[in-house]
Amino acid sequence: MGLEEKLPSGVLLTSVEKLVNWTRKSSLWPATFGLACCAIEMMTTGAPRYDLARFGMEVFRASPRQADLMIVAGRVSNKMAPVLRQIYDQMPEPRWVLAMGVCASSGGMFNNYAIVQGVDHVVPVDMYLPGCPPRPEMLMDAILKIHAKIMDEPLGPKRAAELAASGHRTEMIPSSIKYAPKKKRAGSAQAADQDTQRVREAGREVAR
Amino acid sequence: MTEPTGTSKDDQEPTGGPQSSAQASGGDVAEHRARGGETPEGGEHEQAEEPIDAQGPGSDLTPEGGTRTVAPAARGRSGMFGVAGSGDTSGFGGLRLPGYVPAPAERPYGGWFDGFADDFAQALAERGIRGAVQQVTVDRGEITFYVRREAVLELCRTLRDDDALRFELCSSVSGVDYGEDVPQRLHVVYHLLSMTYRRRIRLEVALDVDDPHVPSVVEVYPTADWHERETWDMFGVIFDGHPALTRILMPDDWDGHPQRKDYPLGGIPVEYKGAEIPPPDERRAYT
Amino acid sequence: MTANDAYAPGRETTEGTVYTVTGGDWDEFLDEQHDDRIVINMGPQHPSTHGVLRLVLELEGETVTQARSVIGYLHTGIEKNCEYRTWTQGVTFVTRMDYLAPLFNEAAYCLGVEKLLGVEVPRRAQVARVLLMEINRIGSHLVCLATGGMELGALTGMTAGFREREEVLHLLEYLTGLRMNHAYIRPGGLAQDFPGDWKEKVTEFVGVMRSRLPDYDKLLTGQTIWRQRLEGVGYLPLDGCLALGATGPILRSAGLPWDMRKVEPYCGYEEYEFDVPTATEGDCYARYRLRLAEMHESLKIIEQAVDRMEPGPVMIADRKIAWPAQLSVGSDGMGNTLEHVRKIMGQSMESLIHHFKLVTEGFSVPAGQVYSAVESPRGELGYHLVSDGGTRPLRVHVRDPSFVNLQTMPAMSEGGMVADVIAAVASIDPVMGGVDR
Repeated sequence: MGLEEKLPSGVLLTSVEKLVNWTRKSSLWPATFGLACCAIEMMTTGAPRYDLARFGMEVFRASPRQADLMIVAGRVSNKMAPVLRQIYDQMPEPRWVLAMGVCASSGGMFNNYAIVQGVDHVVPVDMYLPGCPPRPEMLMDAILKIHAKIMDEPLGPKRAAELAASGHRTEMIPSSIKYAPKKKRAGSAQAADQDTQRVREAGREVAR
Repeated sequence: MTEPTGTSKDDQEPTGGPQSSAQASGGDVAEHRARGGETPEGGEHEQAEEPIDAQGPGSDLTPEGGTRTVAPAARGRSGMFGVAGSGDTSGFGGLRLPGYVPAPAERPYGGWFDGFADDFAQALAERGIRGAVQQVTVDRGEITFYVRREAVLELCRTLRDDDALRFELCSSVSGVDYGEDVPQRLHVVYHLLSMTYRRRIRLEVALDVDDPHVPSVVEVYPTADWHERETWDMFGVIFDGHPALTRILMPDDWDGHPQRKDYPLGGIPVEYKGAEIPPPDERRAYT
Repeated sequence: MTANDAYAPGRETTEGTVYTVTGGDWDEFLDEQHDDRIVINMGPQHPSTHGVLRLVLELEGETVTQARSVIGYLHTGIEKNCEYRTWTQGVTFVTRMDYLAPLFNEAAYCLGVEKLLGVEVPRRAQVARVLLMEINRIGSHLVCLATGGMELGALTGMTAGFREREEVLHLLEYLTGLRMNHAYIRPGGLAQDFPGDWKEKVTEFVGVMRSRLPDYDKLLTGQTIWRQRLEGVGYLPLDGCLALGATGPILRSAGLPWDMRKVEPYCGYEEYEFDVPTATEGDCYARYRLRLAEMHESLKIIEQAVDRMEPGPVMIADRKIAWPAQLSVGSDGMGNTLEHVRKIMGQSMESLIHHFKLVTEGFSVPAGQVYSAVESPRGELGYHLVSDGGTRPLRVHVRDPSFVNLQTMPAMSEGGMVADVIAAVASIDPVMGGVDR
């Protein structure tokens, strides 16, 4: 994408960037990489109760060539690690990786010869989600945080340099706060606002 | 074992003596004995070679005029809470717990075991299989036969085909490693189930780690195929006659046999809130 | 010609020349060899192989001439891990093996430990174990139907199955605290008692399930495509089952009503009235119908368990073994109840000591070995536990039913078509966590 390097940064490009990012996050197709117990919770998140289809994500692509997001759900054994890397390599850019569960994030409770102690030894990870297994709501929260990250992705190297120079970091706000219903009781409105403020501050702390 | 401390304790017997009540590892052992379970035999762990000619009436299962090897002991334990030697006032450092040796069962075994043992001996005698069974142990409602490895295949065939025995299903074939300094430390355990008579027995073969060969029972129980592959993979027991003895759980080019006791658990230290926690096999073990 | 082809390099093996095709021209090298057999690799990452199972199929057209399965992609070393943990901590490891039926893993392990200890758990704990196991059986069979349906193309079966499974998980979360991998059944009884109004919740659950299960009959059982895909597929007769060691629905579909709950009852199963569904056809359709019927039987058992539950302790009285704490959720997360803390800090020195010793060191189990088996949704789940008298197991070996049942896959698939391999594997219902451990 060399065009944006020739034009000065302006409203047009920022809008294009936001548009492109919005389209990417709105139909993020996960690649099936369910391994163990977390895979069951991932399937449950795609099931009717905790519907992932509302984010456009219910279609789990079996072929990595058609997938954007690899949710590594479950413990990755040493035998499976090359397969994981191969699937990651087969995914076209832009791609993101979500390490679901403690086994994928850090090896979990299995600190031994057989399990890779965190898939970040094998693939670069964009989001770590602890839990054993994480509840479907937690998985959705992680996915929504990835959506927030995607919305801030730069369009090209010039934009990336601009973003880095400005020190902008994506706020990691829990979905329960970010998407909480706006209706509040009259007396507690102020307290709720203070709570929200405190959590937003904490989110910025984490991002820093 | 105990360094001279210059005190009166130097002349005393170590606490692991045969009649010493200090053998008991707490109230558990007393309860355990009361329940009729096995008792750890006295002395340090040694492989006791006791030539026994006859055990008594109904001892059809002992080999004719041969020696009978007691099944080897599990590793004895010394020290406690990571303390070794004398010098700590608690005394736990000098604790010597003898290794566990499964006690041979005396006739009558109780329950259906006696009738079964007689049928078993008869079936073996009919087929001319001699000296197969080294020891019989009855514990916690289960009967275990410690058998010679050469006889495993014929034994299984007998158990499957004989009308009085009819063990149609082999539930599992697995290995146990009793510890690094235990002679004949690798055991292969066969669990057999008779659906006709609704009973289970266990066969156990003891192997040296330098010569871990056992005949494969795949031709009698095809289900043992993957079980034996797993035992090879995890313990290094070689099953002669197995159609394709390859690794099944570990990657094909893995070195070593993970579930042996001398194979490390392989964990890494974990950083937690600024401190480092060692992996599970390097943490304190209480026993 | 093809020897120099950069896209289809050939190499000589003992079985002739093997060509690795990565996107070249098929006709170029197929002419050389008149062999029409292709070796196809399915998995380990595949939507239809029921987990990380790798199937290597040699095909002649659409017919499978040889089928092999490669496992081990989920090997976690759980058995070795248990040797470095206390007996109670082993429950949390063991529960993650067969992750669709975790309570069965826990129950079998605890039955083995209790056999080694020579103790009997209180009655309430026994009835609760039966209740939890049957609820879990329903959940597991629902996943089997759902994922089996998905693999065969019945996607509504998947969404419907998971919708029902939500009821099960919701109930289990209410009773045990977690949706999966509960670590609730512990040696000596249960981790803690059920919450106060469990009876209403369970009865409501049974009513809901009774109203929803007939939907599966309407959706799948009579449907022509489903039947054509499953009838006559994956046939395994009784002698094949016994030779290959298959238990569970596979054995029962071949005609033998073998169920550990009836044959070697545990946890008081001899007191419950239920049937063991059996079929004689020995194909995938029979196994599907058996699983549906087993869910109905489980509902019956759950109702009986609800009636049988009496008030009482859920942990054995022996303080040297009984798990000491009662857990509750406080302002800073989950931990011990305040009454327990008050008791151990202020009232009873012994309770403090027991709590300390049980949590750090664990209880000692007298030396010996034991084999305990339960009927899990997939078959006979057996635990071979060896103790050397210490606080840690010497060996924990799990005879997982999926591990053994998966050996029947080649027998079911060779000679059939590729699509039938999927149906056969779906009817075996292997859970790779149990297969690989």
